[in-house]
Amino acid sequence: MKAFQKIYTKITQITKATCSLKATGVGYDELASVDGKLAQVVKIIGDEVTLQVFSGTEGIRTNAEVVFMGKAPSLRVGDQLAGRFFNAYGEPIDGGPIPEGREVEIGGPSVNPVRRKQPSELIATGIAGIDLNNTLVTGQKIPFFADPDQPFNQVMALVAMRAKSDKIILGGMGMTNDDYLFFKNTFSNAGALDRIVSFINTTEDPSVERILIPDMALCAAEYFAVEKHEKVLVLLTDMTNYADALAIVSNRMDQIPSKDSMPGSLYSDLAKIYEKAVQFPDGGSITIIAVTTLSGGDITHAVPDNTGYITEGQLYLRRDSDIGKVIVDPFRSLSRLKQLVTGKKTREDHPQVMNAAVRLYADAANAKTKLENGFDLTDYDNRTLAFAKDYSSKLLAIDVNLDTTEMLDVAWSLFGKYFSPAEVNIKQNLVDKYWKK
Amino acid sequence: MATKGRVKGIVSNLVTVEVDGPVSQNEICYISVAGVKLMAEVIKVIGKDAYVQVFESTRGMKVGDSAEFAGHMLEVTLGPGMLSRKYDGLQNDLDKMEGVFLHRGEYTYPLDEEKKWTFKPLTKPGDVVSAGDWLGEVEENMKPHKIMVPFSLKGSYTVKSVAAAGDYTIHETMAVLTSPDGSEEKVTMVQKWPVKKAITCYTEKPRPYKLLETGVRTIDTVNPIVEGGTGFIPGPFGTGKTVLQHAISKQAEADIVIIAACGERANEVVEVFTEFPELVDPHTGRKLMERTIIIANTSNMPVAAREASVYTAMTIAEYYRGMGLKVLLMADSTSRWAQALREMSNRLEELPGPDAFPMDLSAIIANFYARAGFVHLKNGATGSVTFIGTVSPAGGNLKEPVTENTKKVARCFYALEQERADRKRYPAVNPIESYSKYLEYPEFQDYIKEHISADWLEMVNEIKTRMLRGKEISEQINILGDDGVPVEYHVTFWKSELIDFVILQQDAFDAIDAVTPLVRQEYMLKRVVDICRTEFEFNTFLEVMDYFKNMINIFKQMNYSEYESEQFKHFDAELDKLLAERVKN
Repeated sequence: MKAFQKIYTKITQITKATCSLKATGVGYDELASVDGKLAQVVKIIGDEVTLQVFSGTEGIRTNAEVVFMGKAPSLRVGDQLAGRFFNAYGEPIDGGPIPEGREVEIGGPSVNPVRRKQPSELIATGIAGIDLNNTLVTGQKIPFFADPDQPFNQVMALVAMRAKSDKIILGGMGMTNDDYLFFKNTFSNAGALDRIVSFINTTEDPSVERILIPDMALCAAEYFAVEKHEKVLVLLTDMTNYADALAIVSNRMDQIPSKDSMPGSLYSDLAKIYEKAVQFPDGGSITIIAVTTLSGGDITHAVPDNTGYITEGQLYLRRDSDIGKVIVDPFRSLSRLKQLVTGKKTREDHPQVMNAAVRLYADAANAKTKLENGFDLTDYDNRTLAFAKDYSSKLLAIDVNLDTTEMLDVAWSLFGKYFSPAEVNIKQNLVDKYWKK
Repeated sequence: MATKGRVKGIVSNLVTVEVDGPVSQNEICYISVAGVKLMAEVIKVIGKDAYVQVFESTRGMKVGDSAEFAGHMLEVTLGPGMLSRKYDGLQNDLDKMEGVFLHRGEYTYPLDEEKKWTFKPLTKPGDVVSAGDWLGEVEENMKPHKIMVPFSLKGSYTVKSVAAAGDYTIHETMAVLTSPDGSEEKVTMVQKWPVKKAITCYTEKPRPYKLLETGVRTIDTVNPIVEGGTGFIPGPFGTGKTVLQHAISKQAEADIVIIAACGERANEVVEVFTEFPELVDPHTGRKLMERTIIIANTSNMPVAAREASVYTAMTIAEYYRGMGLKVLLMADSTSRWAQALREMSNRLEELPGPDAFPMDLSAIIANFYARAGFVHLKNGATGSVTFIGTVSPAGGNLKEPVTENTKKVARCFYALEQERADRKRYPAVNPIESYSKYLEYPEFQDYIKEHISADWLEMVNEIKTRMLRGKEISEQINILGDDGVPVEYHVTFWKSELIDFVILQQDAFDAIDAVTPLVRQEYMLKRVVDICRTEFEFNTFLEVMDYFKNMINIFKQMNYSEYESEQFKHFDAELDKLLAERVKN
C-alpha cells in the first residue's frame, strides 16, 4: 500500500454492476475499493472512470469512499498456497493465515508459442472410456460437456485423484456448497489435501466475482509449473457459470450481445483461460480439465460451441440403459492430443483397436435402430449388439480401472469373441500378432 | 515532424488519442505505458480524436500517456531469410524474444541482419526496370530468392549499377536505380510493404487451371484445387479441420507454404514447430520446415493482431509469388479473424450487421480472397498464391455470415460433416455437398486430359453420382428395411461404400496412406470405377454385404501398403481372385 492515497467521495453514476466517478491518474484494469467492496476499472473517458464492482452495487452511496490501489487484481504466490482454500479475491476462507509470497498480477501474459513443448506425456486415469478412446496428455485442456444432473464432479475428482500430478488446483465457480464439501472430503480422505489449492466461489457468493476464479487458479498453477517445474492439474467447474457472469457484465456495460446473449468477445475470453494449459520443456505442465454444463444437451449454444473450438477435445458422459451404468460416450467424446501418445507411449495396436471398436459400436447403434423400427436383424447385427453390451460394461463404464495394455487385451478378446478379422478391419500385421482365437 | 498525441479514453484495447497534427486512417502509432511502447493502429478519426486499436493489453494505461505516430500503415519487412521462421501476427520473430512469456511492447526484427547471402546479379547497368523486376538473386533454403525492384517505385527506372556477385548482408546496397527525373534510388535486399495493400506487380491474372497436388484423395481426385485457386473448409469442432489443413500443408506440391494460425490453439502451432523440422517434403525430399513460414497469432495472443496476422501472411505470400514461385497459404481460422473485427466494431459502437458482425464483412472477405491467384509476371514467368482458409461456423451451422460470405468468393468448398466425423469416416469431407468449381473450367479440363487421362473427369463424375445414389438407397433401406428393396439396390449401395472407404477415407496418421501421389490415385480410381461398372451375381443382400466388406478390407490393406510393392501386388491379386468369384459372365 502506498503511504499516500487519494480518497474520492463523489460518485456520479451507479448502475447494477458499475459506478462512475471523476478521477485522474488512474490506470486501466486497476483495482479500487468502493466502500470496502473490490472493484476494477473497465472504462476511462477523459476524467470519468467507470468501475465494475464485483459484489454488486447494492447499498453504495453517491458519497461512498473510493480508493484506487494502483495495481491489477493479484495473488500472493508461494509454496504456502498448498493445502489452502481461497475466495475469488485470493483471500483465505479456511480460517488460516494469509499466505506469504510474491504478489503477482493475475491474467498475466501468454506463453511464447516457441517456448512450449509438444505435449507427449500420457495421463493415466484407469477409466477406459478416457484412456483407451480419448487418451489425455499433460498440457492438454479438455472439458466435460455434461447435463447438470450428470456425475461430472465425481468423475473429475476420480480423474484428479488417479492422475499422477504434483499439484491440483480447483477453481469452483457457482459451485453448490454440497459439491464444495464433496471435493474437500474427497481430497482429505485421499490424504491429498497438501497438494491441493482451491479457489471457491459458491452459489452463495456474488456471481460477478466468479470471473476472477479462473485467472486466480491459473496464476497459482503458473507459479508451480513455471517456478517449481511441477505437473499441475487445474479443475474448473463450471465454466458455464463463468460465461454467464461475463454476459451479465457485458450486458450492464451496454455492449451489443452476439449469439445467445453472450458477449462478442466470449471466444477470446475463454481462450485466454484455456490456453494457459501448457507443457514446458523443463517438465512443468498445466493441464486443464473443465466442466461446461449444457442446457438440454444443446452443444450449439455459444458457451459449449466456443469452448469446443478452443479445447483439445471434449468428454461426454451418458447413462447406458443396457448396462445401467454411466459411460464415457465413445461417439461424441474426443481427445485431440491422443495421437501424440497412443501407439507411442502405449502399445502399437492402440490407435487401430480404438477405431475398430468404436466403428463396431456404431454398427451396433445402427442395428439397434433397425430393431426399434421392427426390421429383422442379420446375424452380424446380433453379434454387434452383443459386442456393444460387453464393450460398454467391460470398457466404457466409468467404474472400470485398468491399465491401457489390459484395456487393449480386453478389446482384442471381445473382437475374437464376436467377429472375424475381416469384419474388424485392422492392419494385417496387428491381427497376426494380437488376434485372440 | 511526426504527429504526437495524448491518451484521452480507454475501453479495453480501443483507445482514444487526441492528436496535434495530421493522422491517416490505418496509420501506426506507439503509446508509451509505464516506459513501454505499445503498437496501435488508427481505425477511426473524429476531429482531433484518433481512435486506435492497441495490439497489446492496455492494462495500466492512463489518461495523458503519450502517443507517437509513425507516418505509415502496418507494414511487413520483406527480404531473404523469412523461410523457416516463426512470426507473430505483426511479423515479430518469436524465437528472438526473451523468456517464456510474451512481454508486451517487445518487438523483434523479422530478418537476420548479420547473415551474408551469396548474390548473383540478373541485370546490368543500362537496363530499364520497374517495380517487381528481378535485379538479382540469392539462395534461400536451396531456392532462388529474387531481389526485386521495390514495389513502391512508380514508373520506369534505369539501372545505374548492380553489385557484383559476392556475399552481402541484407542492408547493403545491391543496386542503384536512376529515375527519369535523374534522382537515384538505392536498393537493398530488404523492402517494406503495407499489409492491407495487394502487391500487383504482374501483367495478367488469368483463370487458374493447373492442378495443385495435395496427396489427399478427397481433394485431388474428387474436388481438386488448382495453383492460384481458392478454397475453404468449414466444419464444426471435432470434424478434423486442423488435421486436414496440416495434411495439405505437409503434402501439397508447393514451393512455399505459409501457415497463418489465426486465433487457434497454441498446441497446434507447436505441433507444426515440432514436426515440420523432422518431416520431409514428399516432392523435394528436403525438410518441410525449409519451405514453411509460420505466422502464429494463437487465440490467447492479442485480438487486434489477429486481424493483422492474415494480412501479414498474405503479403509475404504475394512477395514470394513475385519471384515466380508456387505459394500455398493456409489460414486457420478465418472465423477468428472475423470475430476480431466484430469485437472492434462492437467497441466502436458501429451499427451491427447479421450476428453482430460488421456490415462490411462480406467486402472484407471478398477483398482478401481476391488477393490469391495465378499470375504472369512481366518477365514471362508465372507464380501463384493458392489460398485455403478454414471457417469455424458457430454451432456448426453453415448459414452464418462468415461461411455464407466465404462461399460467395472461394471456388472450392470442402464441407466437413459432423455425421461423417462421428462415424470416424475421415477426412469428414461430405462428398455430395462439397464442390470444386475448377472442374467446370474448360482450361482445367484440357489440362487434366493432357496431364492425367482423357477419361479422368468422366470417372470423377461417375463416383460423385454413385455417392449420391448410394445415399438415396441407404435412406430407402432405412425406411423399407433390408428386405424391402431389391438385391441390386444393395449392390449399388455397397459400390458407393466401396468408393467411400477406398477413395474418400484416408488415414492421415498412417505414413503410407496419408500421402497418395497422383499416379496412385489414378490407379486406385480406375480400379474402383472398373469394379463399380462390373455386374455381380448375388442371391441375398447378406451375400452382398459380406462380399463387399471383404473387398473393402483388401482395398484398405492395399492403401496401407507401399505402392507397387510386393505386398501391394499381393493384395491386388487377391482382389482379382475375389472378383472372379462373383462377376456375372
